[in-house]
Amino acid sequence: MLALFENPRLRGGIHAEEHKAETSAKPIATNLPLPKKLYIPVQQHVGKPAEPVVKVGDKVLKGQLLAHSQGTISAPVHAPSSGSILDVLDFPAPHPSALPIRTIVIGTDGLEQWRTLDIPSDPLQLEPEDICKRVGDAGVVGLGGAVFPSAVKLGLGRKNKIHTLLINAGECEPYLTCDDRLMQERAEEIVAGIRLMLRGMNAPQATIGIEDNKPVAYQAMLQACRPYANITVVQVPTRYPMGWDRQMLRYLTGWEIPADGRATDIGVVIHNVATAHAVYRAVCLGQPLISRVLTVSGGAVGKPQNVDVLIGTLMSHILKFCKVDMTKTARIIMGGPMMGDALPLADVPVVKACNGVLALTADDIELPDVKPCIRCSSCVTACPVGLLPLEMASRIKANQLDAAVDLGLKDCINCGSCSYVCPSNIPLVHYFKFASGELFKRQQMEHKSEQTKRLIDDRNQRMERIRLEAEAEAQRVAEARAARAAAAAQAKALTSIEEQA
Amino acid sequence: MSIKPISGPHVLAVRRIDEIMRMVILALLPATFWGVLIFGWPALLLTATTLASALVFEAICLKMRGVAAKPYLSDGSALLTGLLVALSLPPWAPWWIGVVGAAIAIVLGKQVYGGLGQNLFNPAMLARVALLISFPIEMTTWVEVKPLLIGPGLIDSVSITFGGNTADAVTGATTLGLVKTGFSLNQTLTDILNNYNGLLAFIGWERGSLGETSSILILLGGLWLMREGVIRWHIPVSLLATVTVLSLLFHWANPQHYLSPWVHLNSGALMLVAFFIATDYVTSPNTPLGQMVFGAGCGLLTFIIRSWGVYPESTGFAILLMNAVTPLIDHYIRPRIYGRYRNGKPLDISHP
Repeated sequence: MLALFENPRLRGGIHAEEHKAETSAKPIATNLPLPKKLYIPVQQHVGKPAEPVVKVGDKVLKGQLLAHSQGTISAPVHAPSSGSILDVLDFPAPHPSALPIRTIVIGTDGLEQWRTLDIPSDPLQLEPEDICKRVGDAGVVGLGGAVFPSAVKLGLGRKNKIHTLLINAGECEPYLTCDDRLMQERAEEIVAGIRLMLRGMNAPQATIGIEDNKPVAYQAMLQACRPYANITVVQVPTRYPMGWDRQMLRYLTGWEIPADGRATDIGVVIHNVATAHAVYRAVCLGQPLISRVLTVSGGAVGKPQNVDVLIGTLMSHILKFCKVDMTKTARIIMGGPMMGDALPLADVPVVKACNGVLALTADDIELPDVKPCIRCSSCVTACPVGLLPLEMASRIKANQLDAAVDLGLKDCINCGSCSYVCPSNIPLVHYFKFASGELFKRQQMEHKSEQTKRLIDDRNQRMERIRLEAEAEAQRVAEARAARAAAAAQAKALTSIEEQA
Repeated sequence: MSIKPISGPHVLAVRRIDEIMRMVILALLPATFWGVLIFGWPALLLTATTLASALVFEAICLKMRGVAAKPYLSDGSALLTGLLVALSLPPWAPWWIGVVGAAIAIVLGKQVYGGLGQNLFNPAMLARVALLISFPIEMTTWVEVKPLLIGPGLIDSVSITFGGNTADAVTGATTLGLVKTGFSLNQTLTDILNNYNGLLAFIGWERGSLGETSSILILLGGLWLMREGVIRWHIPVSLLATVTVLSLLFHWANPQHYLSPWVHLNSGALMLVAFFIATDYVTSPNTPLGQMVFGAGCGLLTFIIRSWGVYPESTGFAILLMNAVTPLIDHYIRPRIYGRYRNGKPLDISHP
């Protein structure tokens, strides 16, 4: 009731129990024992999978290229540690389905021997194109969870006139504190990364948005940004999903990205704060993206903390390191509890997208009965997009997918705010994901039947053309024959006339 | 560990349906106790009868629908409907009025539509209007204030509620009823309201429905629900504001014929309706703007029917009419989607 007049820049959202205190005050653990084997999927990004350039038995050095990027939207992957290639196989992916994907397995030798690193003498004097190239070659992708290749985004930024680089340090998911810790401990490196990004895009200024539940990180960033007038740090209210980049942008600037557009359309590029750090490492240290910080937390974790983890480390290895009681674990989640994926098994590798591993107990995830919708419209209030989740769900329940699309299904960001507040515990997001899947399937089917129809049409036309050609040919032959016959007759007639004469 | 694929969110808020229902009932209790206090044991017996029959009818319907009854009976929704019906009845009404009211509300108002969350009309208001039209005498017999300790004892009260023994009851009309009859006798408002005490009306020391007399207690209950986030301000504020503004304008133009806002706000069921009936989730619009339109519509209809209609009290009719319009409001008034105009088209691309 106090919010009589809502801030139009801050629509919807929820405030969940944060659970951040368990990990936000502890330093990032860098002493995770090196695993014997590392499993590196070739697809850890949006776009085409990378193509392996190593074969079984090869010796690799830390940071060496394992698979190169394919096409414009793709990213390479590198060896997180030195050792030899044991296998290239299909291995369960960190995904709710745990379906196998192409994975390179490295047997580590424990030497951690780096390849020769290309460290520029003054990174900030590099040409913008060169910065983008180095970022792309290092396999840097968006570390907030979207894993879009960062170099592509920087390139888009350079082509469109960018006036603002927005650094998203919202970290609005409960439990997760990896960005928070990163800012507390490595603020100057992050700022160096931001300056490189600005130079890479020829953008004049940057704004960093940090939720106000991270005062220490805010102070650290403020301190680190002091020398640079073109980088501002702003505190934003703690309200999930503040870390939705479009929400952050709307809150900080009042601008909205058109529904069918990108941030670059309105002159903005948004990067995650951890991505800025990865850019720093890629350009200033010459190190590709082979490790990341992730939060290990949840009711079943004995030693909740942030851990610096090599990409490809199995989650079970990390859970053991953090003293997780597997008997108490009811659900393992990759990411945060709002949008993260429940994993059916812990023996899946950490990928670039993975910002947290949660081991939740049955108490954390109590599953009450689903009751009928009482149209309380809590979901409408909570939706940051401005959708009507209850109406969409009722359409989907009645299998009226088109009606759900008309209500804005495709604008849904699956943030889970609606399911979270629902007093009837209706799994609204589940409905929306199901419908999106069905629509995709339907689209595929339509595409297929269209293709088939096109092929049939083509064939019919071809047959018709052949038939017509054959007829024309037959006619020509007949005409020619007739002409010959006529000519012969005429010749005969002439001869007889001559004879008579 | 379950391997069933399940989508996020993996944590949930704590407020469930049964808690919401419990809180609304709790917010109604002061007004209920006040009703029992000033109208005595018969009011308590009538309330108990109505609540019990609401639960019984709910159980029967759930059984007939083949649904497990326990989770629905314990969610408190039937109890809340029963309570709202009871609060709208004349306090000394016979027991069968309560039973029939509960039956109409639960069976015709709720379960025939498919139960919780499916009904088009507010069940309690449907019962109220149906009873008013079917049993006008019983529904407009208003007993004088007879506080618990001064009024009839428990045994007499049993014979009042269950025996129809209301011979020695002193009855009269409600303020709104007085005004209607007064006008038909060509009296002016000054004559009609010479005994009206604004403060007593606000506190609730006057004839009226069982739980509707005390504006202050209902208001406090409603404000508490707002503070707890169970209801939002849009409907009550727009409803009460519409009635206030309209009555102010007309009263200013002709004070001898149109009631002042104060009388309007503290008469009949207006307060209860504004905070507890119009805010019913199931039968009100989903969006804040829609809710304000809905509230204003309820206020407008209430004022029109009160001022120019046949019935002295009109909130029930106003609510039912606006309930019928709710799907239409929800169809036309939708929130603006991020990155789109209100009509659904994407925003134009422009460099700010």
